[in-house]
Amino acid sequence: MNILLSFWEWFGDPAQWSGAAGIPARLAEHVGYSALALLLAALIGIPIGLATGHTGRGGFLTASLANIARALPTIGVLMLVVLAAGIGLLPVMVALVALAVPPVMVNAHEGVRGVDPQLRDAARGMGMRGWEVLLRLELPVALPLVLLGLRTAAVQVVSTATIAAYVGIGGLGRFIVDGQARREFDMVVGGSLLVVLLAVLVTALFALLRRFLVAPGLRGAATG
Amino acid sequence: MGDQPLVRWDWITGNLVDPIGTRLLEHLQLSLSPILIGLLLAVVLGVACARWRWLYPPVFTGVNVLYAVPSIALFFLLLPYTGFGPWTAIIPLSLYTLAILVPNVVDGLGQVPDHVRQAAVAMGFSPLRRLVQVEFPIALPVVIAGLRVAAVATISMVSVASLVGLGGLGQLILTDGFRRQFTTPIVVGITLSVLLAFLVDGVLVLAQRLLTPWTRDHGAAAGRGSARRGEGART
Amino acid sequence: MITFAGVTKRYPDGTTAVDDLHIEIPTGRITVFVGPSGCGKTTSLRMINRMVEPTSGSIAIDGRDVRAQDPAVLRRSIGYVIQQAGLFPHRTVVDNIATVPLLLGWKKAGARARARELMELVGLDPEQAGRYPHQLSGGQQQRVGVARALAADPPVLLMDEPFSAVDPVVRTGLQDELLRLQSELRKTIVFVTHDIEEAVRLGDSIAVFRPGGVLAQADAPERLLAEPVDAFVEGFIGYDRGVRRLSFFPARLLDLHTDAIVGEGAPIARAREVARSSGEPWLLAVDGERRPRGWVAARDLERGAVGSVDAVGDLDLVGYGHVFTVATDSLRAALDAAVLSPAGRAVGVDEEGRVVGVVAQTDLGSAIWAVGTDDAPTTRPVGRNG
Ligand SMILES: Nc1ncnc2c1ncn2[C@@H]1O[C@H](COP(=O)(O)OP(=O)(O)OP(=O)(O)O)[C@@H](O)[C@H]1O
Ligand SMILES: [Mg+2]
Repeated sequence: MNILLSFWEWFGDPAQWSGAAGIPARLAEHVGYSALALLLAALIGIPIGLATGHTGRGGFLTASLANIARALPTIGVLMLVVLAAGIGLLPVMVALVALAVPPVMVNAHEGVRGVDPQLRDAARGMGMRGWEVLLRLELPVALPLVLLGLRTAAVQVVSTATIAAYVGIGGLGRFIVDGQARREFDMVVGGSLLVVLLAVLVTALFALLRRFLVAPGLRGAATG
Repeated sequence: MGDQPLVRWDWITGNLVDPIGTRLLEHLQLSLSPILIGLLLAVVLGVACARWRWLYPPVFTGVNVLYAVPSIALFFLLLPYTGFGPWTAIIPLSLYTLAILVPNVVDGLGQVPDHVRQAAVAMGFSPLRRLVQVEFPIALPVVIAGLRVAAVATISMVSVASLVGLGGLGQLILTDGFRRQFTTPIVVGITLSVLLAFLVDGVLVLAQRLLTPWTRDHGAAAGRGSARRGEGART
Repeated sequence: MITFAGVTKRYPDGTTAVDDLHIEIPTGRITVFVGPSGCGKTTSLRMINRMVEPTSGSIAIDGRDVRAQDPAVLRRSIGYVIQQAGLFPHRTVVDNIATVPLLLGWKKAGARARARELMELVGLDPEQAGRYPHQLSGGQQQRVGVARALAADPPVLLMDEPFSAVDPVVRTGLQDELLRLQSELRKTIVFVTHDIEEAVRLGDSIAVFRPGGVLAQADAPERLLAEPVDAFVEGFIGYDRGVRRLSFFPARLLDLHTDAIVGEGAPIARAREVARSSGEPWLLAVDGERRPRGWVAARDLERGAVGSVDAVGDLDLVGYGHVFTVATDSLRAALDAAVLSPAGRAVGVDEEGRVVGVVAQTDLGSAIWAVGTDDAPTTRPVGRNG
């Protein structure tokens, strides 16, 4: 209770709401890094997942790559790239993208592969070409899973983007790191709660996307 | 870092036992305990959620919100209470596994066909006996599938604990590597962490084969559906 | 005996699944519950082993109220077989069958030995003992289900549409098997189906339910076919109930003709004579062992039509279709054989397949007319078409 109370004080302090070290600026940085990482992960993961799912080839390779990426300790990747390329956006992006690609890629792959083979036959039987089958049939049917993969990745990225603070480029992680350094726990709690809030918002956003993008007949397919 | 090579083998051979070996053992301990504790908690929660369905939505939301809390923040917040002991890492990491394991336990139990459950009742199984002898075994492939994801995620996450000084391979990466601008320990730390994840994953695959012989020839299909739920690690 | 006394079941949502059911289910017999979907058959069945508790009324087994016993203990003395078999996917066939003996505290070896015995009893290959259920066909799974229900030798067996998920050929096989088992074991069986055909084949008595969970009629199958109590029951058992009822009359009631049979080696002239003296338009040619060869039309024996052939067997014989076995088949089988025969006559044979005699559709008609008002001499259908 104590912590929550002091958090509320911290949150209500007008000083927190302005300047380069204020909540709005940190939030903007955090959202910016997360969105960029997710976009990059989507650009890499979705095409590969769709392609391997569609052709039925390379599934094993995708799975193995995803497994390795999943097993990589993010901190290690971050620090290695910092030593190699210096402090800045690059190490953060490498670490976050490595984190986000596996769920995006694997779900896109599974989504396409999970399309009922009879449907695929029917589409071919109607005279659709390979890419038409992919765009008109497989992608819409796989969309719920693709979105699920993106959402999982997004939550992880938002939560993990706190590490940007360690390489000095801000984000909500700064509140956590600075709070710890200054022994101001209300700040640590405040920063964490903002991250959680952001994750909840992301989840809600994906629920909305799902409503608008997924054909009504498919909505039961992948929930959660 | 200039002309320094990425990996200096002499450093590795010279430091094989300490710090490399020590950190590896710490890492193993810091990751296995949360996996086991998480599994235990998830089974209790999952059984409760399967029994009282109304419990599931709040529990599901709860574990997912927990999952979104940055681990580093949880470590910091626990420090005043648990100090620099292993529990500071074990408690948050156990909580994180719940987001992956609870849905898998619930789904696994949900996969028990109704007619099988009915048959068990009709043959005079008591509820507890039915749970242990019929429902758990049938749920096992899905639970193990979740456990594999949770295990890999946990092993990669333990490294963050080093930022709070709790040890493990992260400590090798941070203290021996990053702070000294020396890449070799970082590469060693990453590699060992990945290998450890694969090793534990392999052990789980083996365990699954031994424990669920009936799934052997009609594929691991049973587990696949919900394994993807928790895709991915986090930090 | 299982007694339902004024049993009503109303589900919490207000559905009345069973309405004031009074019925007595005799020991050692098969009683079949039939009726359209949703008429409360399953609910009635499951009230016997307390998987459903009645809203009012009581159920007793041999005078003892089922509610006097702990449900788990009660259920271990009642076998239960369901449509999807309900086999445990994680246990081998032999361990599935051994389930109830193990629950009852038998030693593992003893339970397995018993399970192997039962596999043999229900016609499963012992080699399948170590398989898992998904490695068996649907029919084999049902056999395992039956074996499992019988494992602890319960006096009562409840079967809820056990054979409705398998194809018709397998189903017939399973039904035969059940009848064979029952002739050895004499269990008190309550069998649910919505297939009247199956009910007639298996039931010593049949209870027809109407929607709303009301018992419409409970009778021996033959009585049910002869005298449905109302339009609902009549409609439910179908418009061919008259023909179906013939299953209950043995074919040996028929007068078979033997005077229109000729050996295949007989000269044409002899056959002509037989045709003339018997006045029959069709003669049946048989071989040296009196097995049927085919029909010869009397008019084809006329002088001009025969040509140069001199023995009956060398003529173009008309196929004799299928035969009925006089000692074991029913009137229905004889009628069926006659209807399908190009000669309009059915060939009756003995168990070795030797011709006993032939019967024309017209003679069948009078036989059917003669039995139409009688009670059937059997309570169970006769023979394979029953
Ligand atoms: N648990 C339940 N809750 C509410 N209503 C139920 C329940 N179980 C069955 N019913 C209703 O009770 C009625 C009888 O159901 P029951 O399952 O006994 O029918 P049935 O004769 O076995 O049908 P079927 O031939 O389809 O198996 C139906 O209207 C059904 O919808
Ligand atoms: Mg039913």
